Amino acid sequence: MQALTNKVEVVSREPLTFWERMYLPAILKGMAITFSHMFKKKPTINYPEKKRPFSPVFRGLQILNRDEEGREKCTACGLCAVACPAEAITMEAAERQPGEEHLYKEEKYAAKYEINMLRCIFCGFCEEACPKDAIYLSETFAPSNFQRKGFIYGKDDLLIPDPIKEPEAFAKARGSRAAHPEGHGNEH
Amino acid sequence: MEVTEILFWFLSVLAIAAAAGVVLSKSPIYSVLCLIVVFFAISGHYVLMNAQFLAIVNIIVYAGAIMVLFLFVVMLMNLNADAEPPKNVYLKFAGVISGMCLMVVIISALAQSYDIKVPITKGSSIGLIKNLGNTLFTTYVIPFEISSVLFLSAIVGAVVIGKKDEQKANL
Amino acid sequence: MILAIDWMVFIEKLVLIIAVVSGSLVIAMYSTYMERKVAAVLQDRRGPNRAGPFGILQPLADGLKLFFKEEIIPNFSSKFLFILGPCLAMLTAMMVGAVIPWGNKVNLFGRDISLQIADVNIGILYVFGVVSMGVYGIMIGGWASNNKFSLFGAMRAASQIISYELAMGLSLIALLMVTGTLSLKDMVGGQMDHWWNIFKQPLGFLIFLICAFAECNRTPFDLAEAENELVGGYHTEYSSMKLGFYLFAEYINMFLSSAVMVSLFFGGYDIPFVNDMHLAQNIGTNWAAILQGLCLFGKIVFFLFLFMWVRWTIPRFRYDQLMNLGWKILIPLALFNMVITGGLILLKQNHWHF
Repeated sequence: MQALTNKVEVVSREPLTFWERMYLPAILKGMAITFSHMFKKKPTINYPEKKRPFSPVFRGLQILNRDEEGREKCTACGLCAVACPAEAITMEAAERQPGEEHLYKEEKYAAKYEINMLRCIFCGFCEEACPKDAIYLSETFAPSNFQRKGFIYGKDDLLIPDPIKEPEAFAKARGSRAAHPEGHGNEH
Repeated sequence: MEVTEILFWFLSVLAIAAAAGVVLSKSPIYSVLCLIVVFFAISGHYVLMNAQFLAIVNIIVYAGAIMVLFLFVVMLMNLNADAEPPKNVYLKFAGVISGMCLMVVIISALAQSYDIKVPITKGSSIGLIKNLGNTLFTTYVIPFEISSVLFLSAIVGAVVIGKKDEQKANL
Repeated sequence: MILAIDWMVFIEKLVLIIAVVSGSLVIAMYSTYMERKVAAVLQDRRGPNRAGPFGILQPLADGLKLFFKEEIIPNFSSKFLFILGPCLAMLTAMMVGAVIPWGNKVNLFGRDISLQIADVNIGILYVFGVVSMGVYGIMIGGWASNNKFSLFGAMRAASQIISYELAMGLSLIALLMVTGTLSLKDMVGGQMDHWWNIFKQPLGFLIFLICAFAECNRTPFDLAEAENELVGGYHTEYSSMKLGFYLFAEYINMFLSSAVMVSLFFGGYDIPFVNDMHLAQNIGTNWAAILQGLCLFGKIVFFLFLFMWVRWTIPRFRYDQLMNLGWKILIPLALFNMVITGGLILLKQNHWHF
């Protein structure tokens, strides 16, 4: 058969020479190879202590955003739930009462907001659907859990820390998205 | 009683009990294991007589090699009590008679040898390997060489038997 | 007096036995850790590093896990033999330690104490006897499991060990002709401050090394526990600490066969490039004994590393290759080595005249 590429390596089927049949030189060669691997750099990262940086477009756990004054941006319009192909998002809307202006940005807010992380496929459609820039996918993934109900994330799991009270935690949760405060994509 | 004496009685009782176990146990595997215990007890006796070389050779050759092969065969054959074919009455009768004959021979031999007591002096070095080697290669060199020829012929015989099947298979 | 024993000797030996047994247990424990670390390093991984600093407590964690696992005895197995198997494996593995000289001697409480449990006249033959007993642990365990894969593994182990014992013995005969003694102590003594036996018997050492690998059931000769063919080999049915005993016995075997190899071919506790006699006179017997012990330990660790290095380099033999290597290559080579050595010794005795 004609070779299509020049990468073909013809296997030699000739009987072994005496030197090869001695077997010991080959063993020594192999052992030298494994020994040389002792001094190679190990690609492993000690995971919980050291983490590999995620790419800036990584789609991880959802986060419910706040504005600069620490008010929740979500208005419970339900567009994200509609956009969600896995139907992982459920929410209940409520009206903002007088005196709650410092908590919620708009007149309507999500009283209950749940994402089932076992159903979520981390496609990022919710982020794209959101007109208020209230939800985006962060740079972490869901940690393991012992029970199914542990994977249903409520509002307290999803909300980003308050930027005024806990600016450090806020910056950390925001990740490298902080460098692109406009978000990715939904502004178009 | 000295330590050696206690050890002697212990080993003797062990040897006899294990030998009885060889005959009495139903499962052939247990028989083989009992036989190994017998060999160990006998090796212990050799050690008591300061014949270390004999003791260890007994263990290496009998307990270590031959009994392993026995065990091998027994395990592979899967011998069960019901797999054994029922024996002829005449055969049983012949067995009893020959067993009795053997017993008579042994008893008479024992009775005659009663007077011959070779005193084993404490710390005698007759069984040590150096003396053994000297004796074997000077006084007893001819029987030694003859037995080595015997072994050689046994090896050749084993190889011939082993080869036979292969030729048949090739034909 | 009924039990006329020299009580001092008794206590001395008892302490020594306890030290050797517990020492080999600890070393076996840590060679499991070493095995995992070496494997990891050779494969560009990190290995156990969670339990304690650098994972140094990993063997304890493993042992704890084995102890707490459920103990399962198969229904149709012979219970007595099933338990006897691992016990025998462990027992025979530990027994080799009795004749290995762990050091020259120490002077404690005004007594010269030899660091060898028993300097028997037949030293190396004793090792052979004990090693040949090692088969029983595997065979009995494999048979008593009442599992065909266990039986296969046991059969393989038994035939392999018997086959390689022959080549091992033959390779040693040449060494015995050179040294003229069977006692390990005398052999080490002959190598002190002289050429080590490896330089006199390189071929003999090579054969012995290969056979030692086979006797310990280590890769490339670990057909008795070839996972991809026999599930787990002879210990398929074992669980909990009984399995642990089998695994432990393997590591103790490795440790002690390394010790035997070092004693036979690498000068035992001899400190290389140093005159031990002068050293002992200069810094005292006890310090010299400690240095010598460390030296012996270093050599043993090197051999342990060799065992592991080979294991993570070379794939397993096929069974017919194993038998061919043993019977058709190693035994003739050992015989050849024996004849050559005998001839050379005769020539030397005749002052190199024919």
